[in-house]
Amino acid sequence: MKLTVWTYEGPPHVGAMRVATGMKGLHYVLHAPQGDTYADLLFTMIERRDHRPPVTYTTFQARDLGSDTAGLFKTACQDAYDRFKPEAIVVGASCTAELIQDDPGGLAETMGLDIPVIPLELPSYQRKENFGADETFFQIVRHLAKPMEKTKRVTCNLLGPTALGFRHRDDIQEITNLLYELGVEVNVTAPMNATPSDIAKMGQAHFNVLLYPETGEQAARYCERIFDQPYTKVVPIGTGATHEFIAEIRELTGSTAALDTDRLRQTWWSRSVDSTYLTGKRVFIFGDGTHVKTAARIARDEMGFEVAGLGCYNREYARDIRKLAKDYGLDALITDDYLEVERAIEALQPEMILGTQMERHIGKRLGIPCAVISAPVHVQDFPARYSPQMGFEGANVIFDTWIHPLVMGLEEHLLHMFREDFEFHDAAGPSHHGGHAPKPLGPAADEAGSMPAEAAPASPPTDVVTWLAEAEKELKKIPFFVRGKARRNTETFAAQKGLSEISLDTLYEAKAHYAR
Amino acid sequence: MTNQMTPPPTLGCRQSPVLKQRGQREVFCGLTGIIWLHRKIQDAFFLVVGSRTCAHLLQSAAGVMIFAEPRFGTAILEESDLAGLNDAHAELDRTVSELLARRPDIRQLFLVGSCPSEVIKLDLSRAAERLTQEYAPKVRVLEYSGSGIETTFTQGEDACLASMVPVLPETQERELVVVGALPDVVEDQMMGLLNDLGIGPIRVLPARNIDGALGIGPNMVFALTQPFLGDTHAALERRGARHIPAPFPFGEEGTTAWLAAIAKEFGVSADLFETVTEAPRRRARQAIAQAAEPLNAKSIFFFPDSQLEIPLARFLTRECGMTPVEVGSPYIHDALHGPDLDLLPSGPQISEGQDVDLQLDRCRKARPDLTVCGLGLANPLEAEGLSTKWAIELVFTPVHFYEQAGDLASLFARPLRRKSILGVAAE
Repeated sequence: MKLTVWTYEGPPHVGAMRVATGMKGLHYVLHAPQGDTYADLLFTMIERRDHRPPVTYTTFQARDLGSDTAGLFKTACQDAYDRFKPEAIVVGASCTAELIQDDPGGLAETMGLDIPVIPLELPSYQRKENFGADETFFQIVRHLAKPMEKTKRVTCNLLGPTALGFRHRDDIQEITNLLYELGVEVNVTAPMNATPSDIAKMGQAHFNVLLYPETGEQAARYCERIFDQPYTKVVPIGTGATHEFIAEIRELTGSTAALDTDRLRQTWWSRSVDSTYLTGKRVFIFGDGTHVKTAARIARDEMGFEVAGLGCYNREYARDIRKLAKDYGLDALITDDYLEVERAIEALQPEMILGTQMERHIGKRLGIPCAVISAPVHVQDFPARYSPQMGFEGANVIFDTWIHPLVMGLEEHLLHMFREDFEFHDAAGPSHHGGHAPKPLGPAADEAGSMPAEAAPASPPTDVVTWLAEAEKELKKIPFFVRGKARRNTETFAAQKGLSEISLDTLYEAKAHYAR
Repeated sequence: MTNQMTPPPTLGCRQSPVLKQRGQREVFCGLTGIIWLHRKIQDAFFLVVGSRTCAHLLQSAAGVMIFAEPRFGTAILEESDLAGLNDAHAELDRTVSELLARRPDIRQLFLVGSCPSEVIKLDLSRAAERLTQEYAPKVRVLEYSGSGIETTFTQGEDACLASMVPVLPETQERELVVVGALPDVVEDQMMGLLNDLGIGPIRVLPARNIDGALGIGPNMVFALTQPFLGDTHAALERRGARHIPAPFPFGEEGTTAWLAAIAKEFGVSADLFETVTEAPRRRARQAIAQAAEPLNAKSIFFFPDSQLEIPLARFLTRECGMTPVEVGSPYIHDALHGPDLDLLPSGPQISEGQDVDLQLDRCRKARPDLTVCGLGLANPLEAEGLSTKWAIELVFTPVHFYEQAGDLASLFARPLRRKSILGVAAE
C-alpha cells in the first residue's frame, strides 16, 4: 500500500485509452465499473476533443458481481461492434475487472467477430499509464502490421504520438516537414491519427522515427526485429538535438538535401545581449525521462543555465536519468511521490523550475517561476496556436516558454537597484504577468486553501543559526526571486564557519563567498 | 401579499411511467464527493483505499491539482496487498499511522472503500473499529463506500453522511437537523432565515468539525437540502428522527416551499413567515426574471448525473419557462423526489439509470436547446451543435436558497447567451 496525494501517471488502461483515442477506426472495449468513465473527460475537456473517446465501458455494478459479468462484457462488445463498426477492437480490463478475472481477451475471441480483436494484459497493480500506452501500441502493431515490400522512395514511420500527449499534435507536423525537406516521406504516423489499415502498412517504411520512447519504444524494437527497420535514437528537442537528429537521418537515408535553418531564431536570441541575465540561473528539471533528458541539454548548453537538480517520475527511465545526472555532477531524483519532489525543490531553492503541471503548483506555492516541459498535462498545455517542442520551431517555442516566467533582463537590474521602490516590491512580480505575481513565502503563500499546519512550506532550518534584526532587514531588500537562495547560502556559510548568529557582515561575506 | 404560489399542475410527474434502460452509464463514482466534502468538514481526512485509478479520478475531477496538499489521499493497493487480506490490514494500519503522524490536525478520518477494495472484500468497518480504538479519543475513524460498483457521483456524500449517523449521541431534545453539505455562505443564509422564523436550535449535518456534532433521537426532525441523501434519510429514520418532506430549496418557489414545510412543523405564524420571506422572495423573483430571459420557451434535456435533475427541472419549468424533454436521474426515491415530481407538469420523459448510447440517440433526435450532461459528453455534443451545461458545476457552485436563485438561472442561461454572442446560432 502506498499513500498517494497526486499522481504523475494514471493507471495503465488510461495509457491504452490514449492510444485508442489517438487512432481512428479502432474501438476499445473496457471491462470496468461505472466510475472509470471519468477518463473520458481527460480527452474531451483537457484536450478539448470534439468526439467521445472510442471506448465502451461495461460499467458493471455490485449486483452483477454475483451473476454474469462475463455476459455483460460480451453484450457490451457486441453492441460496440454493431454501433461503431470499427476496423479492429482492443479489449481489456481496468483495475477492478482485473480482480474478477473474466478474461476479456478470451471472451471476445469466442464471439467470432469478423475483425481483428486484440487482447491487452495490463497489470494495473504494478504498472502505470506510459507502460499501458507503450504496451497497447506494441500489441496493435504486433497484431496488425504485416511484412511488406518497402516503398520505392525512402519513407519512414513516426512512432509514439498519442492523444493527451505533451504537444504531440504539433511535433508531428514539425518533424513531418523537416523530414520532407530532407527528402523523406512519412509512410504512417502512429498511433496518432492512424487507422488499423494504416498500421497494417507500417512494414513498407525503410526506417522508423521514434518520437516518444515512453509510448513507442516496444513497437520500434519489434519493427526493427521483424521488418528490419532501424529506428532513430535522438529525440529532436532543442537545437543541438535537432542537428544530431538530422545527421542521424542523413546517415540512415544518405540524404544530402540542403536545409533552410533561417527559421531557427533560438541560437541568436540566446546569444543576444538581453539574454545575458539568463547566465547561470539555477534550474531544477523534473518530468518524464525523455523530456528531462532533452531539457537538461537545452538548459545547460543552449540557455546557459546551471542545472541544480534533475529527476524523472517514470522508473523505466531511472537508469538513463541517473547516468545523465552524473554528467551534470548531480544525483538524480527518481520518484513518483509529489511531496518528495516538493521537498527537493524547497531544499535546492532554484531560481526556476522546468517541470510538469505538478511542479508548476509547487512553484506557485514557493514563489519560484516554472515552465512546463512534460506531461502530465493540463488544459493550458493544449494551446490553440502552433507550438511544437521538436525541431527548429520547437527550439524557438522552448526559448520563449522558458523565459516567460522570469523577470527579464533590465527589469531584474532595476529590481536590484531600487529594492524598496513602491512598485518594485516582492508582491509585484514580473511586470509582464499582470495580476499573477508570485506571493512571498510564508503563511500568506497558502492561497491554495490547504491547511496551513502542513501545507505551508517549512522554512529552511533556522533553529541552528539566528538572524540578527539588521541582517534580516537587509535580506528582505533582496528581490524575492533570489532571496531564498541568498538565505540558504548565508545559512550554509554561517554553519560552515561555526557561527550561531548572522549579522549584516555575515550576509555580505556569504555573498562574496558565493559570488560568481 | 406577495406569496401567491403558482398552483401545482393538475397532473404532475409523480405517476408518470419511468424509462429504465440498462447499458453503459456515463457517470462518476461516489469518490468524487470527497472533492467538496473535504473542504466542508475541516478537520477530516478522506483516505481512499483503492487503486491508481481512484487517485487519478480524484485529481482529474478536482480540476487537476487545486490544492497543494489536500486533506484526501489514496492508499494505493499493490500486488502484495492482493495476496493476503491480513497483510492488507497491517499495511492499512501502517499507512494510517504514517498519515496521522504527518497531519496532527486531523480529528476525523474516513476510510473510503473503492471498487477494488470491495471486490477483494477488504473489510473497512473492521479496520475502522480497530483504528478508532487505537486513536481514540483524539481521532474518530469511520468508513463508507464511494465505489463505482455501489455508488454514483453524489451518492458518495450520502454514504459519508449516513456513516456518521450511527455514532451520533442519543438525545431527547426536539431540534431541527438540516442535512446536506452546503457552501458556507449558503449555509449561513439558511441559518439566518430559520433563525428569523424563530426556529431553533438548528443542527447541521455534516458539521464543519467534530466539535459541532449533534445528537439524534425520536423528537428530532430533519430536512434535506440535497436530493441525493436517500441512505442518510433512512439512517436518520432508523434513529427515530422524522423527515419533513418538501420540494428542494432551488429557486424562489422551491425555497419558499421548503421553508414553509419547516415553518409548519414548528408552528410559525403566517404573518411572521410573510415578514421574513417577503424581501428575499421579491429579490429572488427579480433576479430570476433578469437571468432567465434567454431560457424562456427553450427545451432542455437532462442526462442522469447528480440526482439534482428532478428539482432543477421543476425550477426551470415553473420559474424559468423552459420545457423539459427528458429528465434523467441516476436514481429516483419517491420519499425524496416525490414533492418535486408533484410540481413538475407531466409531459417530459422521466428516466432512471442509463444506456448512454441510446440516450444520446434520443437527445440527438430531440435536438433540445440545452442539454445538461457530464464533462465527458459536453464538448462532443457542442461539436454537434447542441448547447450544453456541465452538470458537475451545479454541485460545485452555490445554487440553493433565495439569494442564489438568480445565479442558478444564470448557470443555465450562460451557454445560450454565449452561443448567441459568438453567433454560432446563425451558422
